[in-house]
Amino acid sequence: MSTENSAITPKRESLFSKKNRKLLKDPLGDSNPITIQVLGICSALAITVQLQQAVIMSLSVLFVMIGGNVIVSLLRNLIPDRIRIIVQLVIIASLVIIVDEVLKAYQPDISEKLSVFVGLIITNCIIMGRLEAFALANKPGPSVFDAIGNGMGYAWVLLAVSIVREIFGSGAISLPGMGQVKFLPQEWFISSGGFYENNNLMILPPMALVVVGIIIWIQRSRNEALIED
Amino acid sequence: MAINKNATGYTFLFSIVMVLIVGTALAYTSLSLKPLQKKNEADKQMVDILGAVGITTTRENAKTDFPKFVKERLSLDFEGNVLNSTSGSVDPNDASDPFNLDVKKDYRSKKPASELSFPLYICEKEGENIYVIPVAGSGLWGPIWGFVALKSDMNTIYGAKFDHKGETPGLGAEIKDNFFSDKFQGKQLRDSAPYFTIKKGGRDTDIHSVDGITGGTITSVGVGEMVNRTISIYQLYFNSVINSSEQ
Repeated sequence: MSTENSAITPKRESLFSKKNRKLLKDPLGDSNPITIQVLGICSALAITVQLQQAVIMSLSVLFVMIGGNVIVSLLRNLIPDRIRIIVQLVIIASLVIIVDEVLKAYQPDISEKLSVFVGLIITNCIIMGRLEAFALANKPGPSVFDAIGNGMGYAWVLLAVSIVREIFGSGAISLPGMGQVKFLPQEWFISSGGFYENNNLMILPPMALVVVGIIIWIQRSRNEALIED
Repeated sequence: MAINKNATGYTFLFSIVMVLIVGTALAYTSLSLKPLQKKNEADKQMVDILGAVGITTTRENAKTDFPKFVKERLSLDFEGNVLNSTSGSVDPNDASDPFNLDVKKDYRSKKPASELSFPLYICEKEGENIYVIPVAGSGLWGPIWGFVALKSDMNTIYGAKFDHKGETPGLGAEIKDNFFSDKFQGKQLRDSAPYFTIKKGGRDTDIHSVDGITGGTITSVGVGEMVNRTISIYQLYFNSVINSSEQ
């Protein structure tokens, strides 16, 4: 990525100028798309049962996000105002279909688990929101930073939620290519005479909401400015 | 250079160019990834067939495990006559190989049974012949499919495996889970239709029925329908095999 960026944002502005750093940093914290703007919640609830699904989902969203932002930003002076939402939708939809096809070809098992949720990236408000609010009015360089920032902002919440849910729900942790690693000894479980039981509630969607809620709580208690009246 | 971005002509021109570019890009992606996706589907089909016989394997090992356990692949016509028989490893490009018969596509095409052929897999496990029948039908939101394995008496269900495209997660989608398909094990088919029933509401199940999925009624009904419809055709073949062995 870095070579591309330096080619796009030449001379006048350094790669890690204050403005660009702000674009990257804000969505990770104080304007996080999930915890502050409460966008893209649907997929955050659905695919955070296992870490590996969350990783693949985050990468897919990041790809669509960067691709969409760059394309819209490059075309920003050409897109007719009256059909701009349709154009954005077509761009997002085609990128998502490409991601879906690639996953089907190279990661069939994960593609099966993510099932409809890859297709639903199209309706992820974060992406549409960034295209409309940022890329349409900014140069490709800053748009890339904005996309990476928001994509990572989405990703870290997804990863955090899925790590919590997988550890407490399945007593395991999984990464793409490594499969699920169960780290709790079998004799701990009640079924084999121990004291421990996986919390099945963690696997169900409501707990994702609770975990996201806890992240929001921590975040707001650390930064008074975020608290609304 | 001044383009009037709001002119109707420009809007149309932009749309047309955009659609052409996007269409080409997507068609290219789809075509170039097709062979890999087809291979994945074939691997998955082998894993599922072996799964119905109670053999767990992975996508990577499917190609070598499959010919080890599946000793014959038949295709039947609608009257139960054997049209074709093959064995050994699968050639994805051989149209006459029963493995390449697409029962899902046949179901969608709504052709009469007389125009279709039906694949049957004969597996050998612990010295016993097990007959694996592919089934396909409709759930609530889209296609459902699976494999039903019968013991050598061609009447007792050895195992089953179901899958779906887009049934509701947590409800209809659970036909995919083992807790549902395991219930089929050891059940028996009736001598005439309906051969097998999926019951609603946890009512007492007997040797010819299993309990459907709560909240997944239409998907469960779909499973029952596809199993019955498909078995009615294979019954003709099973009867002819049983008759010929008695003579």
